[in-house]
Parts: sequence; C-alpha cells; structure tokens
Amino acid sequence: MTLIGEPLLSVRNLKTYFVQDEGTVKAVDGVDLQMNARATLGIVGESGCGKSVTARSILRIVDRPGRIVEGEIWFRRPAANGGTGSQAVDLAKLEPNGVEMRSIRGAEIALIFQEPMSSFSPVHSVGNQIIEAIRLHQEIDRRGARGKAIEMLRRVGVSSPDQRIDQLAHQLSGGLRQRAMIAMALSCSPTLLIADEPTTALDVTTQTQILELMRQLQQEDGMAIMLITHDLGVIAEMATDVAVMYLGRVVEQAPVDAIFHSPKHPYTRALLRSIPRMRARSRERLTPIAGAVPHPYDRPAGCPFHPRCPDFMAGTCDRESPGPRTVGARHTVSCFLYE
Amino acid sequence: MLAYIGRRALLAVFTVWAISMLAFAIIQLPPGDYVTSYIAQMASMGSVVTDEEAQNLRIQYGLGQPIYVQYWKWMKQIGDGNFGFSMEWRRPVTEVIGERLWLTVVVAVSALLLTWVLALPIGIYSAVRQYSIGDYTATFVGFIGLAVPNFLLALVLLYLGFTMFNAHIGGLFSPELQDAPWSWARVWDLLKHLPIPALILGLAGTAQQIRIMRANLLDELGKPYVVTARSKGLPETRVIVKYPVRMALNPFASTIGYTLPYIVSGSIIVSLVLGLPTVGPLLLRALISQDMFLAGTIVLLLGIMTVIGTLISDIVLVWIDPRIRLEDT
Amino acid sequence: MAVAADAGALPSTSTADRQRIFVASQWQLTWWRFRKHRVAVASAIVVAGFYLVVPGADFLACSDPSASEAQRSLMPPQLIHWFDEGRLRPHVYGLKGARDPKTFKRVYQPDPSQKIPIRFFAQGFEYRFLGLFPMSRHLIGVDPGRDASTTIFLLGTDVQGRDLWSRLMYGTRISLTIGLLGVTMSLVLGVVLGGLSGFYGGILDTVIQRIIEILRSIPTIPLWMGLAAALPRDWTILQVYFAITIIISLLGWTELARVIRGRFLALREEDFVVSARLVGCSRMRTIFVHMVPSFMSHIIAATTLALPAMIISETALSFLGLGLRPPAISWGVLLQQAQNVQTVAISPWLMLPAVPVIVAVMAFNFLGDGLRDAADPYGR
Repeated sequence: MTLIGEPLLSVRNLKTYFVQDEGTVKAVDGVDLQMNARATLGIVGESGCGKSVTARSILRIVDRPGRIVEGEIWFRRPAANGGTGSQAVDLAKLEPNGVEMRSIRGAEIALIFQEPMSSFSPVHSVGNQIIEAIRLHQEIDRRGARGKAIEMLRRVGVSSPDQRIDQLAHQLSGGLRQRAMIAMALSCSPTLLIADEPTTALDVTTQTQILELMRQLQQEDGMAIMLITHDLGVIAEMATDVAVMYLGRVVEQAPVDAIFHSPKHPYTRALLRSIPRMRARSRERLTPIAGAVPHPYDRPAGCPFHPRCPDFMAGTCDRESPGPRTVGARHTVSCFLYE
Repeated sequence: MLAYIGRRALLAVFTVWAISMLAFAIIQLPPGDYVTSYIAQMASMGSVVTDEEAQNLRIQYGLGQPIYVQYWKWMKQIGDGNFGFSMEWRRPVTEVIGERLWLTVVVAVSALLLTWVLALPIGIYSAVRQYSIGDYTATFVGFIGLAVPNFLLALVLLYLGFTMFNAHIGGLFSPELQDAPWSWARVWDLLKHLPIPALILGLAGTAQQIRIMRANLLDELGKPYVVTARSKGLPETRVIVKYPVRMALNPFASTIGYTLPYIVSGSIIVSLVLGLPTVGPLLLRALISQDMFLAGTIVLLLGIMTVIGTLISDIVLVWIDPRIRLEDT
Repeated sequence: MAVAADAGALPSTSTADRQRIFVASQWQLTWWRFRKHRVAVASAIVVAGFYLVVPGADFLACSDPSASEAQRSLMPPQLIHWFDEGRLRPHVYGLKGARDPKTFKRVYQPDPSQKIPIRFFAQGFEYRFLGLFPMSRHLIGVDPGRDASTTIFLLGTDVQGRDLWSRLMYGTRISLTIGLLGVTMSLVLGVVLGGLSGFYGGILDTVIQRIIEILRSIPTIPLWMGLAAALPRDWTILQVYFAITIIISLLGWTELARVIRGRFLALREEDFVVSARLVGCSRMRTIFVHMVPSFMSHIIAATTLALPAMIISETALSFLGLGLRPPAISWGVLLQQAQNVQTVAISPWLMLPAVPVIVAVMAFNFLGDGLRDAADPYGR
C-alpha cells in the first residue's frame, strides 16, 4: 500500500482542446497538479473553468472532438499481485480504449459524478451495473460478484441491499442513487476516486451524509479523493489540499489551511471574498468578482485573469503568462506578483 | 404490463371498427352503385338492361336498403366468415382475393424486416462515427431514399432492368409458376423475386429509420450513464451496445407502428407498377368498377393487417423497455 | 452551453457580436442560424425557383400544352446548338419523321441542313399573364412566321405529339399549388386540433389523440384511392383539383397537430406563459400573443416538411388515374404516360417529369430540416 506523502498523481502542463469548425475551445490549458496517496485534493473554480474536463482527461474519457494535445499525467500504479514495488505510467500516452487504460479505469481510478438521476442506465438494474464493474476487473463468478455487490451496498449504507440490488435506478431516491454510485465506484478498491461535484444535485442533509460516507470509506480503504466542486464549504470540510482553477489553469495549489488563511493569487482572494462567512460583521457586503468569465473562444492573452484582476500590471500580465512558483510548503501560485 | 397491452388491444379493436366504417363509407360515396356501372358496361357492349332487370339486381344485392342496414348486414356476414360477393367477378370475395392477401403480407413483412436489418446497423454506425464519410454517405443515400417516391423508384428499376439486362424484374413468380399450386419450387421462386419489391418498398422506411436511430443514439451517447459505463473500463463496443443502443431501440421500435401502414400503402401502388399479384391491382380495379364488397373487404383487411402489425410492435416495445412493463403493475 | 451555441452561429464572436446576440429578436437569431446551413439556403433558392414557375408557366412554355398532332408523336428531345459557324447563334435542327418499314413505328432523324434559330422573348401563342394581362411573349420561341409548337421540342413530345417541356411547366404549376393549398388546409386543421389538444388537455386531448392514432395506423393510399374513386367523373378540372386537395390534406394534418400539441404542452408550463396568465391575460391573448409567436418558426419548419408528402400524394394518385385526370396537367398525369415499361424503353424522356418531383421533394426536405434546426436558436 502506498503511504501518505508519496505522490500518487502528477499532472504536468496538461492541455485538452476541443477543435471545432467554429474555433478551438481550450478547456484545459496547461494544468499542473500534484496529488499524494490517501490525500483529498479539492479542485475549485467557477463553471466552465475546466475542472470536469481535467478529471475526464485523467480517465481518458474526453468526448470527441476533445483531445489531449500536450502534457503528462503520471499515475503510480500499485504493484501487481500484492508486490511491494509500484510503477508510474503516463496516462496521457496510453491508448484511450486500450487494454492498459481500461484496466486502470474503474479499477484503480474510479469516477462518481454530478447527475445521480441519469448516471445509472434506466433500463438495467442497479445490481446488474455494479456486478458488471466487479466482474470486469476481478476473476469472480456471477454469484460471488453479486455477494460482493450486496456487501458494497451495505457498506455505503443502503438498507436491505439484497432487495435494492434488483431495482432500477429510478426506483431509488437521489441520495440512495449516489450511495449506489459510490458502491459501484469503490467495488474494485481504487487508489484514486475522482468525485466530480458529487453532492451538487442533492439536498443539504443528504449532501452532508454523502460527504460523511466518503470520508469514512476513505479512512477504511485508504484511497485518495479528487473532489471537484464549486462549493468552498465542502472543500473546507473535506480537503487536505486545494487547487484553484481559472480558465483551464491551476492558478494556485496549497494545503487547505494556507488557501483559507493566506491565499496568494488575486483570484483565490477574490473567490474567498465572494462567499458569506459565519462570523462576519453584520451588514458586511459580499464582494462579487468584477467582470465576467471571458468567452471560451476569446481567451485573453497573457495571464487569463488579468482583465478582472485588481492587481493588474500593464505590460506584464497582458503579455506573458505566469508559470507556477513555489511560495511555501506544497504551496504554488501562478502570478507575476510573486515572480 | 397486462393493463398496457390491454389498453393497446382495446385501441386496436376501436381502430378496426373505425376502419370498417370508413371502408364502408368510401364504398358508398360514389354516385350510383354497381348496377349503374353494370348498365353502363352492358350499354357499351350493345345490350340494354331494362329497368325491371336493374330493380331485380338491386334487390338481389340488397342495394336499395338504408346504408346502416347494408353496413350491419355486411358486418354480420363477416362475422360468419363471408365477406360478401364480388359483383364483377361473380364469385365470393374471399375466393377472388385468395392468396393475394397472403402475398401482400409476405411483401410487406419482408420490406419491414429489410428496413430493420439495414437501418439498425447503419444508424448505429452513423451516430457513433458522426460526420465520417460513412455517415455522410448514409445520410445522402437516406435523403435520396426519402425523396424518391417508391413507385418512381420501381419505374426506374423496371426501365433499367428492361434496357440493360433485357429482363422483366417485376412480378413475384416466374411465368411458368404463376398459377402453379404451392410447392418448394414455387416458394423458392417467390424468395428469388422478393428482394427487389422489398427493397423498393423498404427504402424510404429504411432512410427514415436510419435518421431516427442516428438522432436517438446521438442523444443517448451524451447521457451521463454512458460516461459511467465508460469510466468502469468497459470496452467501447460493449459500452455502446449494452447501454445507449438499448435505449435508442425504444423510440426506434415505437416507429414500426407508423412504418407498417406506410409500407402497406406503398405496396399497393408499387404492385401496380411491378405487376405483383397482391391485392393492390385488384383494389384499383374494384374501385374503378365500383365492385363495393371487394373494394371494402380489401381496405378492411389491409387496415386489420396493419393494426395487428402495430399491436405486435407495441408488445415488442413493452418487452424492450422495462419502464413500461412496470408502469401499471 | 447556450453561449457556446450562439457562438456556433457566428464564427467570429467578439464582445460586440455577443452584445448583438443578446438583443437580437428571435427571427434574427433564426435567420443567422439558418444562413449557416448552406444546403438549406441552396434548397431555399431551388424552392423559390420552382415557385417562380407557378405564375410564369405560360411565359416559360414554348407552345400550347394541349396542341396535339399525331404526326409529331413521341419525338425525342432536341439538343440546342449554341454556336453556328463560330458565332453565338442558338438553333435546333429540324426533325425529319419517317416510318420504319419493318416496325411501322415513326422514327425521327435530326436534319442538320435545316437550322431553326431560337429567339428569346419571342412571340408565340396568346395567354393571360396571372390570368389578367393578355400577352404573347415567351422566353423561348422561333421567328415570326414559324410555329413553335411544330418546331421546338426541348424535352421531346408525348404519345399525342404534345410538347413535353411546355406540359411540364403547366404541370409544375398545378402540382406545386396543390401541395401548397393542401398543406395550408392541413395546417389549419393541425393548429386548431393540435392547439385545442395541447392547451386544454383532459378529455378533449384524449379524444383528439386517439383520432390521430387511428388515422396514423391506417394505410393511407387505399383510403385515398377510395375517396378519389368516389369523385364524380363529370366534375370539372377545378372541382377535381379542390377535391383532391381536400383529400390529401384530410389525412396529412395529423403530424402537424402532433408537433403543435407537443409545443403547447412544453410551453404551457414555461415561466413566461404562467406569468402571462398570472397577470391576468385572457386565454386568447396568452395563446396568440405569448405562445404562438414562440413556436411560429417550428410551425413553419413542420409545414415545409409536410409539403413533400403532399406533392408525392398528388403525384401518386394522378399516376394511378384516380387523381387529376387529363386534360388537367400535373406531374402525376405526365408520369401516367410512363407507366408502361415498353413505351418507356423506346421513349425514355417520358420519365423526365420524375426529375422535378424528386428535386422538389429533396429541396423541401433540406429546407425544412434547415428551418427546424434554425427554429431553436438557443438549442444545441
């Protein structure tokens, strides 16, 4: 088993573009990310900043016409057959539907995502879909897989799982569906779970329960979680590290305390100012971020945030694009203020 | 599920009743009746029908009675398996129609099967390889298939067969087996003649089904459950066949109900061009000579056939989609 | 994705362009999207060309479409020779007819020694333009003193020796207007019944839906045949024309009603409709001021897509001899002459009327598809 501190996933200068007749959408444009085993990395950013595409790029399931045009995705695979060594592969170099990528996808990196309503096939039973996942990656007969699926459903807190397993997804509530989804994702004991807005579509109570469940399962199974969200509250509750994304780039990555207590990037600061605080002075106004997110077809030159940045330096920020700088322990920021 | 099928069956019965009314009404619409056209026919051949004779004929065929009485009598006869008497052929309607009805069914069903066999794989291919050369080709051929009325297609193929191969591609049997009793040789002969009419009749439907399948599948391919299936690490083919194709089959299957009437309609007019021994040419002749029971029976039987076909497609649909199956239980 | 979709309509999307999109009316958005669909734009031009023939049939025809002459039976199409001795001087060769001594069929040979010059905007047979203004000019004609109906046969002649080109022009007029009239009637039926069904729902909806289902599950051609066969033989061309229009529209309204009902159902719950009702708009005002404009473009698209079926129906009925009957001229009537494969094998030009049928149907289909895509400016 990998230990905390050992890098599990390392994304370097990842670029995923959607080339269309109308123009190229640079959904992910030079993302750098570091993730340790058993850690929880929160990825925050506004809608359309490339969070989900980053996740799908790692899994190599980006829909056409999108494709990875540059960059590396180093993933540390656990040694086969319980050996002690482990080996790193560059996922970006693998064939998206090749044997090796498919043996990683679902088995070592699993995905749960936003739409619990439609992420299960409406015409197959929940069990059918979980058993399929189990049998795909493990040498196990149908009966054994079924037992395992029931066990997994019980672990995620589905009551009477031996009956639920034969139900169709639309017979389950939203919360139960997301639990079943987690059961399916964790059925093959992945080392990395990518959770793409796992609680956005749920009500607040269910949201808390699901987050609690994820934390508990993480402690039991020891997987790392990449938690994609736009909810800073969720981040504060769950994450050990945070990466802040803006227009296809990671502008700042740091341990969760550093992000909340000493944010460096102007965008991170603006983001934090725009959320309400519990112990805020009464009548304190929230500050929205000035301007609007630029259109995907006309990204600004230089630093993507410069048209909205309060610390904009003419001649620098609109000419060149800043690279990541280390400003503290596990703390990097991409901004000319720190060059 | 039973409630659902029951509802569909009820609607089917209702439809058949409506068709029987329409069929009978249509026959009653033309001014004059069979006797009028019989008199005209006789006159053209130089003989005169007296008023008394005409009156007797009308009584014999029950033509003088009110329409609803005639309808009721017709329905009662049908209940006994007697579809009436063809006045032009001077034989019972069932005898005149004979095997033509079954040949109509054979032609329509083979066209329908061909539609499916072609449309399903091509539609899937077109959606999965959207904007590929194959997709464009299928779309283009599909548009041609939709734009060329089937009787014109029949005409063109007939012409090409005649001028290029000096062969008559029409008919369902070779001349020597035309009126022969059924035998394996005759069945084989039928099978050999079937592809061309089936293709002509099925082309427009195929084109339409390809478009439906393509559009449905494109919709389904974007759904989150496809991403889920993919993220499990399933091979791409299995992802597509097990999930989105299965879902896209649903609206695809529900359109059989509309394809069948279309094919049956088409078979009438294509039969005329290709000289197929189906009920088509018989219907046209019966309508022109106002042979009312024959025409009415053909319209009624065609309608019933179509309704049964639609009912079967409904049942198939229930079998494919468990959501409908569970709806009323 | 709404923003990205708008950008799709306009390749170069600067901020100013986006401002333009935000304030554009729905018709503008529809037009912008439609303009991008090149095949649809080309089809629109083809359709417009077809409909120019409707008022212009007399002008485009060379000779009286019913002028028959056994001596000119089944003449092949003539080629137009554009140059004569190196100079632009369009002409056709005269045709010499003779009987084949063996088959006794008339055969025609072009006679290069006999050059008949073609004149544009020439005098020809008299007609009334738009039924009002007496005229005798035609697009193509011959020198005064000659008779076009005995000399120019751009597409050959039929069995009775009538000029196919001229007949095709008149046939186009009838076939296209019958389609347009039929679709208008279908539209009225479809809007009224589909609208009632979708807006009121309940029992009315159920009844109308069942009627539609029944009509759609009946094979239509036998029904049409039955109805058409019922038309009295002694009716005038005009009476038959309107009767056939009514017959094809009676069975064609179901699809339109289905589309309109669907739009009504979708819109009934939309916020702007609900709020219109809440501020006290009358039912009629809600329907006609708030709902109908928002799916006008859908109606236009559905109507365009319904037209080809109308055209094919008329052609099929007339082809069977149950629709329009000679002396009326329509595409179907013209194609009737091509029913016999032996005749067609000897005179393949008799199949030419199939070409406009196919081209028109395709053009309407592409145009309708383009309109349907464009009708949803914020859609995919």
